[in-house]
Amino acid sequence: MKTEIDFCGIKMKNPVTVASGTFGYGRGHSEFIDLNKLGAIITKGTSLKPKTGNKPPRICETDSGMMNCIGLENPGLDYFMEVDLPWLKKFDTPIIVNCFGGTEGTVEAYVEICKVLNTLPIDGVEINLSCPNVKAGCLAFGTTYEGVKEITTACRKVLTSKPLIVKLTPNVTDITLPAKGAEDAGADGISLINTLTAMKIDIEKRKPILSINTGGLSGPAIKPVAVRMVYQASHAVKIPVMGLGGIMNGDDAIEFMLAGAKCISMGSANLVDPESSIKAIAGIEDYMKRHNIEDINSIIGAVEMN
Amino acid sequence: MAYKYKLDCEILDTEKIIEGIYKFKIKAPEIAEIAKAGQFLEIQVSTTGETFLRRPISIYNIEKAEGTVEFIFQVKGKGTEILSTKKVGDIINVIGPLGNGAFTVKDYKKVAIIGGGIGTYPLYELAKELKGRAETTMYMGFRNKSLVTLEKEFEEVASNVVITTDDGSYKEKGYAINVLKEDCKKEKPDIIFACGPLPMLKAVQEFANSENIKCEMSLEERMGCGIGACVGCNVRIVTENPDEVKYNYVCQHGPVFNSKKVII
Ligand SMILES: Cc1cc2nc3c(=O)[nH]c(=O)nc-3n(C[C@H](O)[C@H](O)[C@H](O)COP(=O)(O)OP(=O)(O)OC[C@H]3O[C@@H](n4cnc5c(N)ncnc54)[C@H](O)[C@@H]3O)c2cc1C
Ligand SMILES: Cc1cc2nc3c(=O)[nH]c(=O)nc-3n(C[C@H](O)[C@H](O)[C@H](O)COP(=O)(O)O)c2cc1C
Ligand code: FES
Repeated sequence: MKTEIDFCGIKMKNPVTVASGTFGYGRGHSEFIDLNKLGAIITKGTSLKPKTGNKPPRICETDSGMMNCIGLENPGLDYFMEVDLPWLKKFDTPIIVNCFGGTEGTVEAYVEICKVLNTLPIDGVEINLSCPNVKAGCLAFGTTYEGVKEITTACRKVLTSKPLIVKLTPNVTDITLPAKGAEDAGADGISLINTLTAMKIDIEKRKPILSINTGGLSGPAIKPVAVRMVYQASHAVKIPVMGLGGIMNGDDAIEFMLAGAKCISMGSANLVDPESSIKAIAGIEDYMKRHNIEDINSIIGAVEMN
Repeated sequence: MAYKYKLDCEILDTEKIIEGIYKFKIKAPEIAEIAKAGQFLEIQVSTTGETFLRRPISIYNIEKAEGTVEFIFQVKGKGTEILSTKKVGDIINVIGPLGNGAFTVKDYKKVAIIGGGIGTYPLYELAKELKGRAETTMYMGFRNKSLVTLEKEFEEVASNVVITTDDGSYKEKGYAINVLKEDCKKEKPDIIFACGPLPMLKAVQEFANSENIKCEMSLEERMGCGIGACVGCNVRIVTENPDEVKYNYVCQHGPVFNSKKVII
């Protein structure tokens, strides 16, 4: 049985990765699971300089999911290089650094961090063009063909030696447009979806629960939207797609792969059960056995439409 | 060696202490072995989708020899409501012990412990561990007589117990913090430990900091993971430059914080 996947030249033992922002830099989860077993680790969204996020509360539960407005808080690239990267290198698992353009969120800021990432012993770079929780940047570029193309082109120029993955937002009318923007600018792959902009109101206090009023919705609640978008995007571009949004187990992972994802990522599931990624790998293997599948690659995009 | 566990735990005992407040005892030898006073658990209350995130609940009592831990919770919303319907013999999935900042248990001369409402429960294990190591006074504040809980339990472990009710329907009328302040005029404690509603914690913090009494407070914030991965549970910390906003995480750096370190 073959579970290995080649995603944008990144060799993964299996298609299961852990999504940015839900796994930190791996330390918390390493007390529960063997990080060597994962397909890849995608780091917390990192900027060149340390960034403070939003006020609390920045997490809340919703029906079949959750919302967050962390605001891309992170200790900065220098800290990552000194403390977390050497630690992560102990594991035999590809490291994909998720990055963004800091508080400025400008094209130049994205280019600056990509320049440094290009020199690090990492396996890939995921640029986040889709965080709904920061004022500047990100989403501003992420929603149009032109915006995605502009920033991806600039990052591509300096990211000469690493695979470039563009993370897309679902907060658009037509997901195929930003997907094509990434492809036309030379991205190696795309990942989708990030969270859906949402709001939850405390009816007793007549106030939104989250400190900045809105947040990003994630978890099983968004899965059907994500599956639809992964299907649409993977049929609109030739570059490989990483699918995510509400994946809780192996069956969910298979659903995304049938829709067209070459690999998948698990986010909120890591919060609920720190072992969920490892269980999903077992779940995928179980599905392969049940269906006599020799090579996991054979199910990518294998959904038969009605 | 792992120092956090994710376990399926059998519920060994359930007790409704008063209306809406329950005490559960679970079998969790690995957690009991290493848990410290002030640490908490992340409890999965439903596996069928009614709730998504785990619920953080503090440890009330640890019995190492028995391999059990107890926690006490108040029914607030959906999650704690579901939890309250669990029966002896049911299995719940628990992650713990969580929090790297626990109460500092060591020899002291004189200790003040102050708890408000359900915030008194996480202080029991602390008072128990300090028995014989310090002269402890437990200050417990409740809104009224019907909410007074665990008086007997605290009397067994603390040197003195002071109970106040906001409306004077039981023991002293007023806030526990005011009694603590009066007592401090006679003799200051080496340390104040506190857990309870935010207004109480603020008053305790202000008092302890202004009197320069060491103070450790247990804080709450909404949590995603409980293991330091999502950075959701932030609390603002004191910085040299007062305009600079910096956060620590309740699940990672707390839940117990030095009162001089945090801005609540
Ligand atoms: C470190 C820590 C220790 C705690 N210890 C205890 C304890 O010993 N006994 C006890 O009764 N309660 C304790 N709490 C509070 C308890 O976690 C909440 O009352 C509980 O999560 C409410 O869940 P619910 O589903 O009933 O309410 P809902 O309002 O339906 O919950 C919705 C969401 O908000 C979260 N939430 C709501 N209120 C709080 C709160 N005050 N703190 C954190 N998250 C909240 C829930 O976890 C859930 O994700 C503690 C909280 C923290 C952070
Ligand atoms: C607490 C939290 C923090 C997140 N932080 C980031 C981030 O820093 N960068 C990013 O690209 N996506 C971030 N995301 C989005 C996730 O990576 C993922 O795209 C989204 O949650 C959907 O997947 P899920 O439903 O499996 O969680 C975050 C999500 C959550 C819940
Ligand atoms: S709850 Fe996730 S970091 Fe504290």
